[in-house]
Amino acid sequence: MTGARVAARGWGWRYATRHAWAARGLDLDIAPGERILLSGLSGSGKSTLLHALAGVLGGDDEGEQEGTLAIDGDDPRDVHGRAGLVLQDPDAQAIMHRVGDDVAFGCENLGVPRDEMWRRVSSALDLVGLDVSLDRSTSALSGGQKQRLALAGALAMQPRLLLLDEPTANLDASGVIEVRDAVARVVESTGATLIVVEHRADVWRGVIDREVRLGPPASTTTAVFGTTPFGAPEIRGSGAEVPYSCTPLITTRDLTVARVKGKPAAGPIDLTIRAGEVLGITGPNGSGKSTLGRTLAGLLPAAGGTVVASDELRGDAAPQPIRWSSAQLLTRIGTVLQSPDHQLLAKTVREEIEVGPRALKLPPEEIARRTDDLLDRLRLDHLAAAHPHTLSGGEKRRLTVGAMLATRPRVCVLDEPTFGQDPQTWREMVGIMASLADQGIAIVAITHDLDLLSALGAREFRMGDAQ
Amino acid sequence: MIPVAQVARGPLAGINPVAKLAAALLVALPLIVTIDWVSALTALVLEIPLIVMSGLGWRSFWLRTLPVWIAAPLTAVSIALYGEQSGEVHFHWWLMNISDGSLELAAATFFRVLAIALPGIALFAGVDPTDLADGLAQRAKLPARFVLGALGGLRMVGLLVDDWRELEAARRVRGVADQGRIRRLAGMAFALIVLAIRRGTHLATAMESRAFGATTARTWARESPWGAREWALMAAGLAISVTALVVTTATGHLNIIVAD
Repeated sequence: MTGARVAARGWGWRYATRHAWAARGLDLDIAPGERILLSGLSGSGKSTLLHALAGVLGGDDEGEQEGTLAIDGDDPRDVHGRAGLVLQDPDAQAIMHRVGDDVAFGCENLGVPRDEMWRRVSSALDLVGLDVSLDRSTSALSGGQKQRLALAGALAMQPRLLLLDEPTANLDASGVIEVRDAVARVVESTGATLIVVEHRADVWRGVIDREVRLGPPASTTTAVFGTTPFGAPEIRGSGAEVPYSCTPLITTRDLTVARVKGKPAAGPIDLTIRAGEVLGITGPNGSGKSTLGRTLAGLLPAAGGTVVASDELRGDAAPQPIRWSSAQLLTRIGTVLQSPDHQLLAKTVREEIEVGPRALKLPPEEIARRTDDLLDRLRLDHLAAAHPHTLSGGEKRRLTVGAMLATRPRVCVLDEPTFGQDPQTWREMVGIMASLADQGIAIVAITHDLDLLSALGAREFRMGDAQ
Repeated sequence: MIPVAQVARGPLAGINPVAKLAAALLVALPLIVTIDWVSALTALVLEIPLIVMSGLGWRSFWLRTLPVWIAAPLTAVSIALYGEQSGEVHFHWWLMNISDGSLELAAATFFRVLAIALPGIALFAGVDPTDLADGLAQRAKLPARFVLGALGGLRMVGLLVDDWRELEAARRVRGVADQGRIRRLAGMAFALIVLAIRRGTHLATAMESRAFGATTARTWARESPWGAREWALMAAGLAISVTALVVTTATGHLNIIVAD
């Protein structure tokens, strides 16, 4: 089997629900068997191109196409199974309940005879290195396993073009390696053409032949960012040299954390969070990082031991953050959860930032001042009237950070702040966090991103493996 | 998220879920159109072997059928109090009226609820959603698009529980969790619907990218089994309902709802 040839001529796509084109004026030639890394800012149309090649953009009622796009000369929508697609979210891709059925799903749709189908299933699972029983529940797999399952599902269709849309963005370090190695084996053995969309190019070094960059160069927007008070990110010193690092704000003793009552995820943990310090909580998926973050942030009760806020932080509130009211939490501990979609409450970007200050019953002029200031500093001012759910991933991330900062908390807990972000948003997040720490705010970052921690000179607290 | 059901291990456990569904419907059908106690009690007695053979352990049997054991007497009591009056009146107060007629009707309803619900629950206790989908599409010839879409959606239910937890945490973070509980819950419910639609869209994309909806005739990874056992189970269901009707007619108790 050989790889497919991909050709785009002045290709563009506009979703029926949007005014702007998701991708436009694209010319691209990819030779059979070539391995391409597709990069570009968020919103440059990378995912749209991949979806189009996979034939899942839909027909004329879903949007408008211009120019041509072809796999071996055919419209991608007419050649089911010629391209296989793996998406970013591991939870959104398993279709069936059992591993074997899930891999077989594509073959069933293509009308592959039963004997041939199960041969393909077992060879696909072999190739991606997923050595679990065919009856295993797809929900019981780890993130890296789920992504390899999705890869096997695509592979079983024997595609000549493999499309990967940020397949490792939601994975921990070992999951990233698992998936990268599986992809390398697959393209080596099948000779399929490969297109990977990925922000972290270094992961794919050695697998890809060349990089194709979509959309405008990043320089114009970066320049605007440079003029904001957050300043350009700079490498901070080691934790010990950071000023204000003396005042403890939150202390834990023998802390055990549990997401669901009665099922402790990690512990016992003794930690001190100090003003002006960046604390990075790291560890593999399932080690209880997010659960610890939420317990520190006053969102989950301690399963054992204590979390105590210093007198300075708590003021007139109770010593344990979990006993604070939602409004008391606002000025003390701010949190940005991992998924922006669950956190956005308002109808416009401006109102979103105003939610916290309003809950604090601040005077209207003060609310307006803080909101204007944050919109400006986070480069969201031109989007003030937009609906939060229409923003790009990077913009949503900045918005949730802005909504947290509007109430000026002394401690900021950020769950995967750089997760799946393009390099520009990454730099912005580093800049924002560095400037907060310089103002004496304590930052707790739950992250897989060791570059982030070294850029911030963070102290690392590493959690053990899942129990 | 959704535990794979491995409850039942009886002689009926491996039978095609479509046959179980058909048998349960065959048993229920005459009980829905008649309203006398003899047919219901006869069916209930004849169902006992079916329930035993379903292989559901005693503990899980009582646990799963508990709502039925609560609902059946409650329905019976209200029918006894308010049912159509006939024969000797034993008790009368305001609208309450216990008579021979209402007592008979109450007994009929009590047995009827049990006779319809118990075999359904017992037969379906061990059914795996995937096997049911296989059967519905291959044997009952329902459209594959519909059956597989529903099966895929079912897997999302567990994720919605996580979504709800996340929405709760987010409201506390944003400072809006102190008051207005009802309004907040309404807002969260709406957000959950939006998230569910988004998850559904993602699932649809994943399915389409695996050639779901292609014009090629679909093949199936597993044949949904259908043989003597399936026919036998359906015959048993039919026998139960026919026997119940014959007995009640022979004893002169037959009372068909539409004939009233």
